[in-house]
Amino acid sequence: MNEASSHLIVFDDVSKFYGEILGVNRVNLSIAPGITSLVGPNGSGKTTLMNLMTGLLRPTRGRIHILGIEPDRPEKLFRKVGYCSQFDSFPGGLTGRQFISSFLGVNGYERREAEELSARALERVGLQEAGDRKVAGYSKGMRQRIRLAQSIAHGPTVLILDEPLNGLDPMARAETINLFRHLASEGLHLVISSHILHEVDMMSDQVVLLNNGYVVAEGDIHGVRDEMEEHPMQILIRCDRPGVLAARVFEQNAVVEARLHVDAHGLFVKTRNPDEFYLLLNRVVLENRLNVESVAPVDDDLNAVYQYLIGSEGGNPS
Amino acid sequence: MSSRTEEAATVTEPAENLPWALWARQVLAILKLEVKKNFWGRRAILIYLLALLPVLLFTAIALIPPDMGGRNDPAFFNMMFANIYEILILRTVVFFGCAWIFMNLFRGEVVDRSLHYYFLSALRREVLVVGKYLSGLLTSLTLFVSMTFVSLVLLYLPLGYSTSMQHLTAGHGLRYAMIYLAVTALACVGYGAVFLLIGLLFRNPVIPALAVYGWEFINFLLPPVLKKLSVIHYLQSLLPLPLSEGPFAIVAEPSPAWVAIPTLLLMATLVLVFASLQIRRMEIRYGGE
Repeated sequence: MNEASSHLIVFDDVSKFYGEILGVNRVNLSIAPGITSLVGPNGSGKTTLMNLMTGLLRPTRGRIHILGIEPDRPEKLFRKVGYCSQFDSFPGGLTGRQFISSFLGVNGYERREAEELSARALERVGLQEAGDRKVAGYSKGMRQRIRLAQSIAHGPTVLILDEPLNGLDPMARAETINLFRHLASEGLHLVISSHILHEVDMMSDQVVLLNNGYVVAEGDIHGVRDEMEEHPMQILIRCDRPGVLAARVFEQNAVVEARLHVDAHGLFVKTRNPDEFYLLLNRVVLENRLNVESVAPVDDDLNAVYQYLIGSEGGNPS
Repeated sequence: MSSRTEEAATVTEPAENLPWALWARQVLAILKLEVKKNFWGRRAILIYLLALLPVLLFTAIALIPPDMGGRNDPAFFNMMFANIYEILILRTVVFFGCAWIFMNLFRGEVVDRSLHYYFLSALRREVLVVGKYLSGLLTSLTLFVSMTFVSLVLLYLPLGYSTSMQHLTAGHGLRYAMIYLAVTALACVGYGAVFLLIGLLFRNPVIPALAVYGWEFINFLLPPVLKKLSVIHYLQSLLPLPLSEGPFAIVAEPSPAWVAIPTLLLMATLVLVFASLQIRRMEIRYGGE
């Protein structure tokens, strides 16, 4: 394990099979600090990857290192890692505060320190007032937040969150995303799985797209989009005379489709070479004195990438 | 929700250069969680009912003493207790009570889907095994040693205060009582380790537990070498009043106390070591349970 990889989460040719059923296959990843989202439909391997990272599962093949630590050393790993899993269950009879402080005790913290950290974690997720109520009486959103609080209470440098926004109301979602951004700005690794693509798009520095146990793309979302040269990018040009523009765009061989906007004040163009298209667009605009209101890619987001790569409805792949 | 910038990374980590102190704290934290669950969780009802069985029986005997023709013979009561102790207390209540308590230490948490919280803590899994085992031991010792003690008290009630005291102080009464309490404790140690391992290894531990029960039950039919591969052999060896095992029993020399006690403790230790090795390989796959 070299110095560089001691700051990364590294999957080295990792496969996991459940008997004959594939969990994930031949995964090679290096995850740097920041927010990395795992995206994929049900059964694509997101949770398997997270459980492998945290030692809840053991790889059938390959090796994993989290900041240089192997997942089968929980006594070292969980000094640095917090995992908010999807399992919506709790030890019985505990209040939110007791739940957090009890497991800080299991981590080895003295009682007073555990209580201080619990209070701070409850505050960070907005559960100060509900902290002394039994977890059994919490709403789904509160249970989600108490699990989040438990996973961050010991100050991990790697935070793994499996569908952390599930069950949260819009306000809590926004606040939680802000908390994630804040944690990422402090240099934490956040690995998040989510099926709400626009939220993933909003908060992620990196995405890992999974399908059927394979990593189908990884990197920053725009980079992933750029790599998909075989898939044309769709660009919307809002202008006063889109028909004139439509007549000229096919001068570029990479343009595969041009379609007028329904309001007749825009043109959708699909091109395999956006850079070349922008040069052509400049020329056409100047030559024809078009009045251009805006030029914007309309599918340079995760939703579009997801549809291209996985072929599912991007709005709700999971 | 707060977005304060203070960071828990400043938290003092538990001193890793003092692992024994850290492990002791962790075991205590596990004990606190588990003992509460063992005594007050919904699964506790069964062990309370089991522990009540001999108490109810001895209460009935105390209220309606057997007709002894006006004699108060402690030897009769001792023999009666020896029979009830081995058949009801040792082979039934303690056996099934320990099975319930110790198998649920891990299997119960898998069913409840809460074992992952331990697995996601900065805790050696071997320490978890020790902590869980000690919590089961504390629970079973408290319940079953108390139950044995109450049963003994109720046993001597029909004898009256003076006869009982005389039997306890001048006769074998006190020694016998201490032995029964110790055998109950050793049964918890031995069966506890076995059932903890079964709860760890098997998705449905009922069948292996019944297999263990069968093995212990037919112990009297086994050749001497195989008898020693059981818990009951060593416990029976310690009992003050051996019972007849019937005409088909293969008689074997009981193990002396200096062999039986260390053997039981060693066996429990070896089983726990094996459990510790197993738990290192254990995966959390609730969906597959």
